[in-house]
Amino acid sequence: MFQLAPDDLQSVWLTLKLAGVTTILLLLIATPLAWWLANSRKWYKGPVAAVVALPLVIPPTVLGFYLLLLMGPQGAVGELTTSLNLGRLPFTFAGLVIGSVLFSMPFAVQPIQNAFESIGRRPLEVAATLRAGAWDRFFSVALPLARPGFITASILAFAHTVGEFGVVLMLGGNIPGETRVLSVAIYSHVEAMEYASAHLLAGGMVLFSFLVLLALYLTGGKGARV
Amino acid sequence: MSQLRWNISGLFGALLFGMFPNTGFAGEVNAAVAANFTAPMQQIVAAFQKDSGHTVKLSFGSSGKFYTQIKQGAPFDVILAADEAISQRLEREGLAVAGTSFVYASGKLVLWSAKPGLVDAKGAVLGQGNFNKLAYADPKLAPYGLAAKETLDAMGLWRRVESRLVTGESITQTYQFASSGNADLAFVALSQITKDGKVTEGSWWLVPSNLYSPLRQSAVQLSASKDPVAARALLTYLKSKKSAEIIRSFGYELP
Repeated sequence: MFQLAPDDLQSVWLTLKLAGVTTILLLLIATPLAWWLANSRKWYKGPVAAVVALPLVIPPTVLGFYLLLLMGPQGAVGELTTSLNLGRLPFTFAGLVIGSVLFSMPFAVQPIQNAFESIGRRPLEVAATLRAGAWDRFFSVALPLARPGFITASILAFAHTVGEFGVVLMLGGNIPGETRVLSVAIYSHVEAMEYASAHLLAGGMVLFSFLVLLALYLTGGKGARV
Repeated sequence: MSQLRWNISGLFGALLFGMFPNTGFAGEVNAAVAANFTAPMQQIVAAFQKDSGHTVKLSFGSSGKFYTQIKQGAPFDVILAADEAISQRLEREGLAVAGTSFVYASGKLVLWSAKPGLVDAKGAVLGQGNFNKLAYADPKLAPYGLAAKETLDAMGLWRRVESRLVTGESITQTYQFASSGNADLAFVALSQITKDGKVTEGSWWLVPSNLYSPLRQSAVQLSASKDPVAARALLTYLKSKKSAEIIRSFGYELP
C-alpha cells in the first residue's frame, strides 16, 4: 500500500538533488556576499541588501514567469546562454537550480550576515594583532564563530527549496526526471483528484522534512536560529 | 448638470442596492469560469449586466479546482466548466440543479508557434522535427491536453515527439511557454490566439476535429445558489444570439 510509483520516486530523488545543489551553491555565493554586507560602509550597501531581499516580496509564480521571459530566446539571459552555446535554461535542471538559488537567496544571506555582524570587530582585530592575515582571520576566526548562522542558512535554503513550487512550475515544464520535482508532482496529483498518491507524497514530504530538521537541530544546531 | 444628476441618482441606486441586495430587481451572480473562456465571458457579462441590471462577479481558474471548492461549499451560483464531465458530476452529486447543464461552447485545438512560417497548413512540422520543444497541457488536468495527446496518437507521432514535450499545468501556462518563445510549438486553444475572429500572431494549424474527442464545455446552475433567479438569467443569456456571436468571435464553435 505504501509504495511509491516509479515516477513519484524519481520526483523525490530529483527534489533532494535540486535542494542539495541549490544549498551548496547558495553557501558559496552567500558567504562572500554576507561578509561584504556585514562589513561594507559603501553607499550602495543598502540597495544591494534590498535587491537580495526582493525574492521575499515577489510572488513565486511571478518570479518564475519573469525568469521564463528572461531566459527565453528574447530575454537577455537567453541570448547570452545561446551565444555561449549553452542552449536555453527553461525546462532544464540547470534552469531550476538558477531559479531556486535566486528564490532562496535571502534565506541564505541573512542568517550568515547576522552571524558575521554579531561577531563584531573585536575578535578580528585581536587576530590581526597576532599577525593573522586577512584570509587567515576570515577562515580561522570569522567562519568558526559564525557557524550557527551557516547551519541556519543551510537548513532554510534546503527546506525552502524542497517546498518551492511557483518558480519550478513556471520554469520547469513538468518533465519527469528533469524538472518534475515533488511539489509539482503533488500538485498534479491533487489537480487530477488522485488524492491517495497526493496524500502519500505530501505526508512523506512532511515527515522527511521534520526528521531532517530535527536531526540538524539536535546535532549541530546549537545556537542556530530560524 | 445632467452629469451631476446622473451621479446623484447612481449614488442613490448604489445605496439602495447596498441596503436591499436581494430584493429581486437586481441580483448578484458569482460565476466560476474556466480560464480558457475568460475573454468571451468578460464581454458577455458586460452586455448581460447592461441588459439585465444584475451584477456578476467572475472568478477564473481551472474547473477541477472549482469542483473541489464547490464541494467544500464555495459560494458560486453557476459554473462554466472546461468540459462536460464536471457539470455532470456536480449534477449527479446534487451540488448542481438537475437538468440545468448545457454545452455553451465547443473548443478547437490548434498547433501554434509564435514564429511566423514555422507551422504549415497541414501540421507536417510535427513529423519533420525542426523544433526544440513542443508544449502541451497536462492531459490528466486539462481537456485540451488530452486532445493534444489524442491528436499525436492519431497521427502516430507520440513516440517521436515524446522526448521534446514540455507540460503546462493549464493551457494558459502552455500558451505562455510558446508565446515567450521557450517552446517553438504548442497545442493551445484556438480561442487563445483569436481576437475578433482573427488569428494575428505567429503560425498555426487548425487540428482537424476528427483527430480528438470534442472539447464540449458545459455550464450548470449550482444548488447552493443564493440568487437562483439571477443565476438562471445569466445562463439563459449565455444561450442568446448576442452571446453566440461573441463566443464565435473568439474561435469557439456552438453545439
